[in-house]
Amino acid sequence: MKSSISIEMVMLLAGLLFVLGIAGVIIRKNIIFMLLSVEVMLNASGLAFVAAGSRWAQPDGQVMFIFILAMAAAEVSIGLALILQIYHQHKSLDIDKLKEMKG
Amino acid sequence: MNNLLWLVPALPFAGFLILALAGKQLSRVWVAMIGAGSVSLSAIVVLIIGISFLSQPPANGNYSQTLWTWMQVAGFNPKITLFLDALSLVFVFVITFIGALIHIYSVAFMADDKDYSRFFACMNLFVFSMLLLVLADNLLLLYLGWEGVGLCSYLLIGFWYENPANGYAARKAFIITRVGDTAMAIGLFVIFYQFGTLAIPDVLAKAPVLWHQGAQMATITALLLLAGGVGKSAQLPLQTWLPDAMAGPSPVSALIHAATMVTAGVYLIARMHIIFQLSPIAQMIVAVIGAATLFIAGFSALTQYDIKRVLAYSTISQIGYMFLALGVGAWTAAIFHFMIHAFFKALLFLAAGAVIETLHHEHNMFKMGGLKNKLPVIFWTFLIGSASLAALPLISAGFYSKDQILWYAWASESGNPLLWFIALLGAFITAAYTARMMILVFWGEAKTEIGHHPGKLMTVPLIILAFFSLFAGFIELPHNFGHLTLFSNLLHQVLPEAVLKAGMNTELQFQILAFLSTFGGIYLAYIFYYKQPQRIEKLKQSGFVMNLYLFWFSGWGFDKLYNVLIVNPVVFIANINKSDVVDKLYQGITFVTIRLYRFLSFTQSGSLRWYIMGLVIGAIIILSIQIML
Repeated sequence: MKSSISIEMVMLLAGLLFVLGIAGVIIRKNIIFMLLSVEVMLNASGLAFVAAGSRWAQPDGQVMFIFILAMAAAEVSIGLALILQIYHQHKSLDIDKLKEMKG
Repeated sequence: MNNLLWLVPALPFAGFLILALAGKQLSRVWVAMIGAGSVSLSAIVVLIIGISFLSQPPANGNYSQTLWTWMQVAGFNPKITLFLDALSLVFVFVITFIGALIHIYSVAFMADDKDYSRFFACMNLFVFSMLLLVLADNLLLLYLGWEGVGLCSYLLIGFWYENPANGYAARKAFIITRVGDTAMAIGLFVIFYQFGTLAIPDVLAKAPVLWHQGAQMATITALLLLAGGVGKSAQLPLQTWLPDAMAGPSPVSALIHAATMVTAGVYLIARMHIIFQLSPIAQMIVAVIGAATLFIAGFSALTQYDIKRVLAYSTISQIGYMFLALGVGAWTAAIFHFMIHAFFKALLFLAAGAVIETLHHEHNMFKMGGLKNKLPVIFWTFLIGSASLAALPLISAGFYSKDQILWYAWASESGNPLLWFIALLGAFITAAYTARMMILVFWGEAKTEIGHHPGKLMTVPLIILAFFSLFAGFIELPHNFGHLTLFSNLLHQVLPEAVLKAGMNTELQFQILAFLSTFGGIYLAYIFYYKQPQRIEKLKQSGFVMNLYLFWFSGWGFDKLYNVLIVNPVVFIANINKSDVVDKLYQGITFVTIRLYRFLSFTQSGSLRWYIMGLVIGAIIILSIQIML
């Protein structure tokens, strides 16, 4: 099956998703939404890998995507556990109230 | 008798060790027994050795005993060897014998002091170091003794350390003699560089082979050694420490700052006489330094009111005579005067100490007076000592020794009329200040009530010393009457005879002049201080005389000169550098680092979004650099 979508378009989409993810991490206050945005960024990079793999007909891109999926699963589980803890301790999910590490 | 030699320094050293380690636990009686006993035993050993030395002179003119090898480094192997010849015998005899008397005197003198054992420990260590100095067979061991006596001098000048002035005097003595010691150390390096050895007999044997008469290296070496001697013996220009050294107890002044340590320079020059003979210039400088010192110190002694300072200046002046004698090549005359001077100056200091003690620590002669009948023993012994110092003709020992020096200053090959005239003038001044001191202390009306009388332990050493101050001169009589040369015969085993100019046989005229100068000096003091004291008041009216008096009183302004030339610039630089100029660079580095850290710590805001912004901006910068390049 011949793809009718060019690699540039896919890369542009991946870049767009990545920037959206970063923007989400930077501007959202709620930690859960930040975590979601991180997931978006991960998926953006996964998309880029898959597209690149199919472009050069190599399996590496798909291998990397499986790695990213596994990593994302681990990240989400740890991230959610941390968020639970943060909520227990601070009764809040507002990132701006969590500035204890201020130098 | 040879193998007894090691006992001579070992006994005082053992005394020092016991007193330093266990002195606090021992009772006062034991401290006195050990302190005075060790030196007395040592004196007895010296007597035994001396008698055998004189009755059966050793074949090669010396006893020597090697104890062990000090170190062995690439051909440099100084040994701990004791070496006794006629010259060191005289010094060892004086050190142990007078040392023992002074220790016995101190048992009573220091009886009320709380640091009894520390005093005797230091004194014993001093006697040990001094014996090491004169018995040393190589210059390195001599230098060890040399520094040891300097240390003890420091410890004992500052003995009463509660008074900061005493500590200042001690530091002054230590630092000023250090100037000379440094020069002497350089001299030892030069000697080792030239000869490859520091053993004194080897050096003296090789010197005439290696150096021709008047060689430049000989002059340099001689002058460096002379600088060491000048520092230790308080000669011009390093004489300023000795008057201040009188801050120590009187027995210390008697032993260290009159009889023994300050004559170490005389010993050094006499010991190394061959090097000095190779350099007529250096020897001339020795004579000139001696003459200038005896002249300057004599005038200063004339103006002091503190009895111990009078004696201190007179010591400087008398050592000046010894240097003069060494300089004109009258080696034995210098050593003879050293011995006689040790007797009478120790006597004078001890007697002055007794006077000061009896008058409740009064040092000012103008507040003494009228002690002639109250302290007869002190009076007579002091009178004998003064007669010897003033060189009272015929009856005092000082006359015979000083007359010799005066004669050689004129008649010896390197003597000249100017040196002789200065020495004669010095004799005149000596007689004047001695008579002034006698009159002020013992005649006139009593101005201070006397306390307790000195006991037997103090008076007996005085009497013994007075005996020697009177009669020790008779072992060496001038050749126009008596012509006895027991002492110089002994020393001529080691030291060369003085060479006279041709056609010198009228010693009598010089003796008559010396008579006149002594009596003239005494008469002057008699007029001004006894017969017509109002003349002094009249003199004080004149501004010029007062200025001259103050100038002499301050020791010819040497202290002021050194303050301006050396002390003040050093203090000035130290003040500038108080905040460590060199450290400023490193302080600057820490300052910048701390500032940067403060500045960067603002970025640690704890706000997650700022960190992410930082990451993103960083990534953008790197990417754009990558793209642009």
